Amino acid sequence: MTTKKTFLGVPVAKPKVAFFELSSCEGCQLQLLNNEATLLDFLSLVEIVRFREGRKEAGDDYEIAFVEGSITRDDEEELLREIRRRAKILVALGSCACFGGVNQLKNRFNDLEWVKKEVYGSFPIESQEVKPLSAVIKVDLEIYGCPIKKEEVERIVTALVLGEQVHHPQYPVCMECKARENICLFELGEPCLGPVTRAGCDAWCPSNRLGCWGCRGPAPEANLALLQIIMAERGISQERMIDRLECFGGFGAFVAEVKGKKEEPR
Amino acid sequence: MKISCDIDIKHLTRVEGHGNIRIVIENGQVQEARWEVVETPRFFEAILVGKNFENAPYLCGRICGICSIGHTLASIRAVENGFGITPTLQTGRLRLLLKHMETLQSHILHIYFLAAPDYLGVGSVLPLVKSHPAVVQQALRLKLLANDICDEVGGRRMHPTRTVVGGFTMLPDRYRLGQFRQRLQASLADLGASVDLFRSFSIPDFQRETEFVSLKGEGDYPFIGGDLISTDGVVKQEQEYAAMTNEYMADYSTSKLSRLSRTSLAVGALARINNNFAGLLPKARAIAEEFGLVPVVHNPFMNVVAQLVECVQVVLESMQLIDNLLAEPWQEPRQTVEVREGIGVAAVEVPRGILYHSLRLDAAGRIVKADCVIPTSQNHANIRHDIEALALFCAHQGKTDKEIELLAEMLVRAYDPCISCSVH
Repeated sequence: MTTKKTFLGVPVAKPKVAFFELSSCEGCQLQLLNNEATLLDFLSLVEIVRFREGRKEAGDDYEIAFVEGSITRDDEEELLREIRRRAKILVALGSCACFGGVNQLKNRFNDLEWVKKEVYGSFPIESQEVKPLSAVIKVDLEIYGCPIKKEEVERIVTALVLGEQVHHPQYPVCMECKARENICLFELGEPCLGPVTRAGCDAWCPSNRLGCWGCRGPAPEANLALLQIIMAERGISQERMIDRLECFGGFGAFVAEVKGKKEEPR
Repeated sequence: MKISCDIDIKHLTRVEGHGNIRIVIENGQVQEARWEVVETPRFFEAILVGKNFENAPYLCGRICGICSIGHTLASIRAVENGFGITPTLQTGRLRLLLKHMETLQSHILHIYFLAAPDYLGVGSVLPLVKSHPAVVQQALRLKLLANDICDEVGGRRMHPTRTVVGGFTMLPDRYRLGQFRQRLQASLADLGASVDLFRSFSIPDFQRETEFVSLKGEGDYPFIGGDLISTDGVVKQEQEYAAMTNEYMADYSTSKLSRLSRTSLAVGALARINNNFAGLLPKARAIAEEFGLVPVVHNPFMNVVAQLVECVQVVLESMQLIDNLLAEPWQEPRQTVEVREGIGVAAVEVPRGILYHSLRLDAAGRIVKADCVIPTSQNHANIRHDIEALALFCAHQGKTDKEIELLAEMLVRAYDPCISCSVH
């Protein structure tokens, strides 16, 4: 580690950081470039040794690995194990890495061959059931969201650089939404997972009058039984509730319980 | 004459997604010249089956991190066309403004962060922070402006929140729209500086004739919906998109591929300008003319110049759109949506070329069949043929391994490929 940067006069280590992507839209890495006002300051905190999407030079000597995307093919699993061997800290970046993300919606069918045929016909294509990173290796830290929120990543990376503990909020999105004095989406007749979803996004979607789809997964002690009652009271169908709960994979266990079994295609 | 070279690039850098380049030349003879797509598929078209229509834009936006707005809008248009909904004038203007700003941020990202380092002899934008601080600052200012407007109109710069079937969940703030109008006006200076920067670039002189496909303008420069056109004279209606794309599979790619009148076709900024030069506004057209971008241009490296011309076009159009929006009081943001059985097709020009979404919906509004044809998937076969032609060209010119490698990388980057999007 180099020690040129200081914080309150104390030298700060500049960790070597690498970015990797498995099956994903690569949007979470792009989010890092998407906060133009603070990008250069952020980059000065770390030494980037690998960022394929933005940089030609690549090294294998890194301390923190950020891995975006979920696992859908054997070569991705191998790559992930290799990254785990090299990295001191492995961070799952975004909902695909944490829960499987939208990719895991293909797991809801009971027939993977049908999924392949629906898109590729008779052309042979390799793909397995979608898995989050934690199904294969130990994940040290999860950064939730689809997409991730840049401010949150900056806060977390700063904490990592300074050697501080990283804390995720324990309360649901509802709390942040109330603090922003938004009209409750249920009052507007929209389904919303704000009551059960882990906060930290500052109620990003509800503040834009879009009900929460639960991309950050369940808050600790999420009261899903009560959510079902709220949805029913508001006349929102179970189908619409499940559309949201199953969208990113964070509520997988609860969805499996409610649905009972996997879907037949068509 | 170049005697031999062996280039094997696994996972090309500074592009979105995973692709490989392989070029082998022995004794001046090209043995191999390949572009391969190895991205993992995510099966969006299967994921959508059985889902209610309101899932479509929300899920489809997540096909791509760079052009999520384009995918969201294409999906919305497909549903609305299926249901027979015509967006209001206000909704149409807001959507176009949003899409223009995605085009601006995407083009700036490509021009400055992905393409420019090659022309300035560095491996990434990072060294430019020290060597060309003004260039980096102007790029960040332009990208920030585009993203700020996307936040204001679409709710979020990536995977937008306010865009729904029927319109918007909420409307932008009128005062801030006025301020954005001023920032757009001011951004023309940064775009002028970008033009100056391009004057210092030496664009490789390489040609390979191909067919360019885009939307067909009606006296304007088209972005959302309408007829389809090719430089080989093919004209089709939006709903006939499958006859314009003719998707097929090949062993070198996990992405589907396309062809029309020839073995391959090209889409993107260059295709749009080749087909719709007359629709460019005078300022944008003057820049195109200065760089020799007058149809039909068959040099794929010129796509980067075409993107710069489009940046000027979309900034000018966006100022006009804001003027039009602010000249009238706000109407209802969202129309009621009546579900009906049908097939909806949408063709939308997104940063990397023409994008098609097609949805078959049942009487309950659930998706029965989904098809998405991505710009980069339409370009892959063309990129492959370009790489073959480039290898031949290099073999005759006697270039060094390093020169050939760099040219091949620059060639693929010129298309600004969005590979994970193309495989989706």
